[in-house]
Amino acid sequence: MSADAATHDDHTPSLWDWKRWVYSTNHKDIGTMYLIFAIIAGVIGGAMSGLIRWELAEPGLQVFTGEDTGWGALFGNEHNYNVVTTMHGLIMIFFMVMPAMIGGFGNWFVPLMIGAPDMAFPRMNNISFWLLPAAFALAIISLFVPGAGADNGFGGGWVLYPPLSTLGHSGPAMDLLILSLHIAGISSILGAINFITTIFNMRAPGMTLHKMPLFVWSMLVTVFLLLLAVPVLAGALTMLLTDRNFGTSFFDPAGGGDPVMFQHLFWFFGHPEVYILILPGFGIISHIVSTFSRKPVFGYLGMAYAMVAIGFIGFIVWAHHMYTVGMPVDLKAYFVAATMVIAVPTGIKIFSWIATMWGGSIEFRTPMLWAIGFIFLFTVGGVTGVVLANAGIDQSLHDTYYVVAHFHYVLSLGAVFAIFAGWYYWYEKIFGVKYNSLLARLQFFFFFVGANVIFFPQHFLGLQGMPRRYVDYADGYEYWNMISSWGYVIMAIGMLLFFAVLIESMISRRKGEANPWGEGATTLEWTLSSPPPFHQFNELPKIK
Amino acid sequence: MTLNKNLRVAATAAFGAVMMVGAAFAAVPLYDLFCRVTGYGGTTQVAMGEAGAVLDREVTVYFDANTARGMPWEFEPLQRSMTINVGESGLAYYRATNTSDVPVTGVASYNVAPFKAAPYFSKIECFCFTEQTLQPGESIDMPVLFFVDPLIDEQRRMDDVTAITLSYTFFETETGAAIRGDAAP
Repeated sequence: MSADAATHDDHTPSLWDWKRWVYSTNHKDIGTMYLIFAIIAGVIGGAMSGLIRWELAEPGLQVFTGEDTGWGALFGNEHNYNVVTTMHGLIMIFFMVMPAMIGGFGNWFVPLMIGAPDMAFPRMNNISFWLLPAAFALAIISLFVPGAGADNGFGGGWVLYPPLSTLGHSGPAMDLLILSLHIAGISSILGAINFITTIFNMRAPGMTLHKMPLFVWSMLVTVFLLLLAVPVLAGALTMLLTDRNFGTSFFDPAGGGDPVMFQHLFWFFGHPEVYILILPGFGIISHIVSTFSRKPVFGYLGMAYAMVAIGFIGFIVWAHHMYTVGMPVDLKAYFVAATMVIAVPTGIKIFSWIATMWGGSIEFRTPMLWAIGFIFLFTVGGVTGVVLANAGIDQSLHDTYYVVAHFHYVLSLGAVFAIFAGWYYWYEKIFGVKYNSLLARLQFFFFFVGANVIFFPQHFLGLQGMPRRYVDYADGYEYWNMISSWGYVIMAIGMLLFFAVLIESMISRRKGEANPWGEGATTLEWTLSSPPPFHQFNELPKIK
Repeated sequence: MTLNKNLRVAATAAFGAVMMVGAAFAAVPLYDLFCRVTGYGGTTQVAMGEAGAVLDREVTVYFDANTARGMPWEFEPLQRSMTINVGESGLAYYRATNTSDVPVTGVASYNVAPFKAAPYFSKIECFCFTEQTLQPGESIDMPVLFFVDPLIDEQRRMDDVTAITLSYTFFETETGAAIRGDAAP
């Protein structure tokens, strides 16, 4: 490399140069864009859940009244309530958690942790990111075009089951949504190919697979799940599209199809998808627990292969989402057993985190609070998951608020807490400034209390039989619904504190250290400055 | 050199993704095959001839008839139920009447409950194997010739099967509906 090129490489373009972002091939810049995108999508998806909790605070119609005056006209009628629940789910999954975990933290820290200069295909990385705003725009546009009859938007639930998504929504909203998910899927698959190549081929000399940090292991398993699951969704969506527009009848019994087949295809994607959402979180939590206990993670190989096992089993349990479609009892027995087996590798992870903390010199810094919050809440969600795994119990709890509480404990409280844990663990590394840890801890406490107040009562509502996806409910459910809605207010204050932390740190600009966490932080990203140089590891690090 | 190595991994991964799209579409015929082989979802069997043996175990077969939304037919079984011996062939009739003023072509989907009995419920002849066209106001009686396979007696988990419900749902074929111009309701 000539001296000229070397000086050029050290040159960091200005933050305000639009080409730096639009044309970016730098894994750290692309990671930052993913994180900002996830924050924007998260605010929109979170605002939608606010409308849901506002509507459900009392029986009767509060928000989605359909009256053509003032606020009512803004949010529409009962159909639009279903649209909002549908879009809340899709936005949080595809445009908040996935971009934050995989695109954001994955892009930032996989190359840093394996000692690589960048991703394997930097330009493909660029298109992976820029497809997402396009997909998100299509999803948002679908809100404003006819879905069912004259009503705007698709309100059939994030699972998109036919016939509601075919005959039930003849308007263009569903077509736009299909296109949106297709594009988001292509973005994910390209990203997955990029990560697989990077992790297999670009590890620094001496870093064998069995020396790789656990976050990289978690990303490796996650992207394999993406690579194998998302194309199945793409296939199912294509069948929906042709059923809707080109006269095929994959899911239409009148032409020899079967709507239940869509559910099989969807959940063959959908179950690995929920592990895609949580596995990177497992990686993040392992690093944080180890750092703040000043101990290497307990049972490293067990932790890595537990994730591989979770990924594998994730592909063979899909029908536990559809126990009520009418399955032979033997088939149910298989899916019950296979589903319960997942508790074994997941238990290995939980116990290994606790064993890592055991006897450690624990510091309750901000990321550690989020990590311990994650472990507690994820365990609660895991326990209700084992309950729901039973086909007999699920017969009664299927599509009730018990299920809603379960998956929000593992995702809204599990995955989201893991994202915030990672955010505050790597904040100084990413932005090069220190945050106010008092504000960040306050955010944690508002989130922890708020999220529990929202979702714990939903277990009771579900056990009492309150169904999902209805705009109204019987008066007897009011008590816990009101409490749940107050929980949202508490969590929303936590969200304001999140922005307070961000703004405060950007104004006061306290210079970040290379390694603020001390000897417990052992992975390669802490050997670099904060923020890291625009191009790192021109000399590949050697791993002993 | 590195780029070639990278391209090889990327191409393998991309191939994997394309194969999974293929697998999604392959699921269509495989799912159909799976249902017919295992009786999944109550899919009945097709037999070439009558069962070999007649046992003295009795089974009551109930008959059920439905029409899909927008199907302008009246459709009903001509007998509520029928008690036959296992292995004995039963002949039942359904009546369909076209109540609209245009010719309508229909096709019936079918299953039996309980689902677990489906692998032992065999049809020799059924109106559901082909499309049926009815002129305006026309009414026809359609036969179904069936038997319960004597193998059902060899399975202990089938011991509680004393009644089987045979259900049909008539759909208008899509071409016919499209011609009349009221495809999807």
